Amino acid sequence: MVRSGAGVAERVTRAQRGDRVGDSPVRPDGAQKTRGEFAFSSDLWMDAMLWGKTLRSPHVAARIRSIDTGPALAMPGVRAVVTAADVPGRPTFGLELPDQPVFASDVVRYHGEPVAAVAADHPEAARAAALAIVVDYEPLVPLVDPEAAIDAAPIHPDGNVFRHLVVRHGELGASGDVVVEGNYEVGMQDQAFLGPESGLAVPAEDGGVDLYVATQWLHVDRDQVAASLGLPADRVRLHLAGVGGAFGGREDVSLQIHLCMLALRAGRPVKMVYARDESFFGHVHRHPARLWYRHHATRDGDLVKVEARIVLDGGAYLSSSNAVLSNAVCFAPGPYRVPNALIEGYAVRTNNPPCGAMRGFGAVQVCFGHEAQMDKLAAALSVDPVELRLRNALERYDRLVTGQVLTGAVPVREVIRAAASHPLPVPQDPAGTMMALPGGAGATADPVHVRRGVGFAASMKNIAYSEGFDDFATARLRLEAGADGEPIATLTVATAEVGQGFVTLAQQIVREELGVGRVVLAPASTAEIGSAGSSSASRQTWMSGGACQLACATLRSELIVRAAELWECAAAQCLFDDGEVVRVETGERLLVRDLLVPAPLETTEEYHHRPTRALDADGQGDAHVSFMFAAHRAVVDVDPELGLLRVVQISTGQDVGRAINPVQVTGQIEGGVAQGIGLALMEEIVVSEGRVRNPSFTDYLLPTTLDMPDVVATVVEELEPDAPYGAKGVGEPPAISSGPAVLAAVRDATGLPVTRAPVRPQDIAYAWRGGA
Amino acid sequence: MRVARVALPTTVDEAVVALRDAPGAQLLAGGTDFCVEVNFGLRRPPAVVALRRVRELRRHAVTPETVVIGAGTTYADMGDPGLSSALPALAAAARTVGSPQVRNAGTLGGNVATASPAGDTLPLLAALDARVVLRGPSGERTASLGEVVTGVKTTSIGPDEVVVEVVVDRRPGPQQFVKVGTRNAMVIAIASAAVVVDVEAHEVRVALGSVAPVPVRATAAEVHIADAIDWRAAGGPRASEGALARFGELVAGAASPITDHRSTAEYRRLAVGVIARRALERCVARAA
Repeated sequence: MVRSGAGVAERVTRAQRGDRVGDSPVRPDGAQKTRGEFAFSSDLWMDAMLWGKTLRSPHVAARIRSIDTGPALAMPGVRAVVTAADVPGRPTFGLELPDQPVFASDVVRYHGEPVAAVAADHPEAARAAALAIVVDYEPLVPLVDPEAAIDAAPIHPDGNVFRHLVVRHGELGASGDVVVEGNYEVGMQDQAFLGPESGLAVPAEDGGVDLYVATQWLHVDRDQVAASLGLPADRVRLHLAGVGGAFGGREDVSLQIHLCMLALRAGRPVKMVYARDESFFGHVHRHPARLWYRHHATRDGDLVKVEARIVLDGGAYLSSSNAVLSNAVCFAPGPYRVPNALIEGYAVRTNNPPCGAMRGFGAVQVCFGHEAQMDKLAAALSVDPVELRLRNALERYDRLVTGQVLTGAVPVREVIRAAASHPLPVPQDPAGTMMALPGGAGATADPVHVRRGVGFAASMKNIAYSEGFDDFATARLRLEAGADGEPIATLTVATAEVGQGFVTLAQQIVREELGVGRVVLAPASTAEIGSAGSSSASRQTWMSGGACQLACATLRSELIVRAAELWECAAAQCLFDDGEVVRVETGERLLVRDLLVPAPLETTEEYHHRPTRALDADGQGDAHVSFMFAAHRAVVDVDPELGLLRVVQISTGQDVGRAINPVQVTGQIEGGVAQGIGLALMEEIVVSEGRVRNPSFTDYLLPTTLDMPDVVATVVEELEPDAPYGAKGVGEPPAISSGPAVLAAVRDATGLPVTRAPVRPQDIAYAWRGGA
Repeated sequence: MRVARVALPTTVDEAVVALRDAPGAQLLAGGTDFCVEVNFGLRRPPAVVALRRVRELRRHAVTPETVVIGAGTTYADMGDPGLSSALPALAAAARTVGSPQVRNAGTLGGNVATASPAGDTLPLLAALDARVVLRGPSGERTASLGEVVTGVKTTSIGPDEVVVEVVVDRRPGPQQFVKVGTRNAMVIAIASAAVVVDVEAHEVRVALGSVAPVPVRATAAEVHIADAIDWRAAGGPRASEGALARFGELVAGAASPITDHRSTAEYRRLAVGVIARRALERCVARAA
């Protein structure tokens, strides 16, 4: 990884200090995970626990005439069966609005919707009992076309249009000398986290329940579980269990309410683990999108206007569709200065699988459109695609099409130049291994069949939640003397560690702020601490990081007060300097350990980002806190006759504000690139007539090491003014423009339009044969 | 609760007895197909006869005339130097199967008995007219691959029969296996082809996978190209551009593919013609 920007020189001087902000200490959970010793939520175990199993609808759309749980209850070892009739509280749940039934009662609206759940002594008994439940369905004609859904008869009392959002910006009648137009399509990607949904619910003596579960946001789960159980929030305690990846797929409730209902009904602990196929039905996916774009530019290549129409298929229930649409519309032009815009977006309800959050959250889908358009425009103007992007790149104090002025770091040109400046990979070696060619192990290609293409794409996305949502984070920090007198800092946050590495950053921050080497992270639980907000939207480094930093600042002040009391001087005459309090006048010093002798210190702090506002009727408003930018250049080898591909190299420049942990930044970039090229090349939930055709890792293809290119990255460090340490999030940008860059490279290699992600072998091979 | 009985024979004869004693029992070799079906809840046999301990199944023998491959030979074993130099296309096919873990577990006998249209070793076995040796209560019988594999995941293997070994005649000359999938490794074939060139008999043998219910020979293509190749050309057999192109068309014509969630019939037909031609071009020079 190459680094550029203001932060570098400063860090060289502190490289010696180790394990602080800007260093790359080893993750506290790294060795356990590497050795296979880390306890994931699927490893939870309790004596005398039962096993839960969900019964799901085999139909895409159907009316439920009746449900008979009698045959299941009569089976040996079955301890509880629950259906919609047994939900004690609110019958529905949902992240934005509760429109999704805990169990379907009268109607099922998607393939795999939960209808009942069973708890039994053994997982096989639970499985058999679930199958023994008799559900009388009357199949309905499913509504599966998102365009048709806009005007079709509603399939839910809340209607079929989740949100219709129009951005009107500048002169809508403006037009340019050069106009390019295109239609694009993005398929349904899955988060495909490796640890399936799993949890353990334990009934408590107070009539409440303790739920150990893998999730992205404990408190929002807790609120939804409590509402449906009809219990006060403090009697539903959620504890974070080991999370095996999330990528947005654990933002929504999956088995949480079912598990708690079963445990309370049976009076016994109940564990549930989805198998891989059930996991595909158990969480929301990335919205499939249909995009239409028309770009107007001057003959010199300045963007004049962007028109777009975006239709996101939200599937059967709302989830976070409204927010995903907001992002898609807001970032529809990409990271470019656009004086005039008319962008219309729909998020609609269909009988397809529900869609919601996934890494990149709305910015991913539109990036395939705006970047293909920029290339089209460059071709129409006969200019270099990179130069066109540099010419139109956003700068600080530019306005977005939502009218928001960019007041933070906007290093769009820097990330574009960085991505464009890495050396290109060497041309393919004709004597090289066949494994390195498109087709890989299948040995389909010889070098003569392969053409190399280079493509470019850039992107932007917001950090944290938007449109007026106050997604604060809470941290409690306790400083006390250990048995040997050395200080121990114990940090309590409800931040979900989903693999992103916040556990490492939290320790780095406390070491940085207090100079205390021993930093312990307490378990994350709603019973211990207030909300941290979601491990989503690239926000925890900023938000939970900010809460940790605030807590440290408070304790530092208290340490200074204690020192001032001992010295009988004013606190203003004392400074905190790397684990010691210094009396400025005399140079006297007191160690933190000495100041903790009277009593431990403890504080709880909430961090809030500055407020944002909802978009108005014209899609205008300061909806976002901050923005991240990235650019990707892809080098792809294509075998056009077979339509097979091999990504050779991804070169990227990424705006990170500041790399608090450079090794973890690299990990996020490489992982995000894998997910981005996965969407471009192969990752798609195949849905026909509402039915999921490939709910397995046999047929839902994820990139392997033979599909993963070399990644060369430059992180651009331009400190973000509002952010703790100037650090932006880093998780999402690598997954946004990497895929569009790959498709651009395929277009470059073949001259074919390539308007769909993922591009399928037949898409290329048919067009190639047709044109050849 | 139904708990499957598991028999752990150490010889083929013990395995046959175990099968006879437990009607409905499922043979378990590498488990790379069977265990997936169990996990999906598609199969719950009352008993399992596990073959891992039957060491005689894991032998192979290469003679000047034939190659005998024990049914317990794993995909990883097929890369063995002796076996892979005798049957390089089998090693190539085995290399396309799954991940290293799957290749360490899955077996040739399992690939035959599962009889998936996408079974990666089957096209080469079909091209070589492989003979399958089966043993049951009444002794051993030998059947052609076509007699054993009768349809999509259906075979003529009796409920108490065990696949013991597969026998193929050696063919002097180059051979190739090529497989198309949407990912560069660990992928189920969308289309595959095995091409075997016999430079003494002046034959070309071509068999296709994943484009029909069972592996199919592209007979018309074989006849066409055998006639079109100049077998005695200096520097080895060669064929004209036109003859090679026609070969690809005839191969595509031999396919009867379907459209499913993995691909389309049209693409499978297109792809199998392209890869068979490319495979042949690696074996036979193109005439100027």
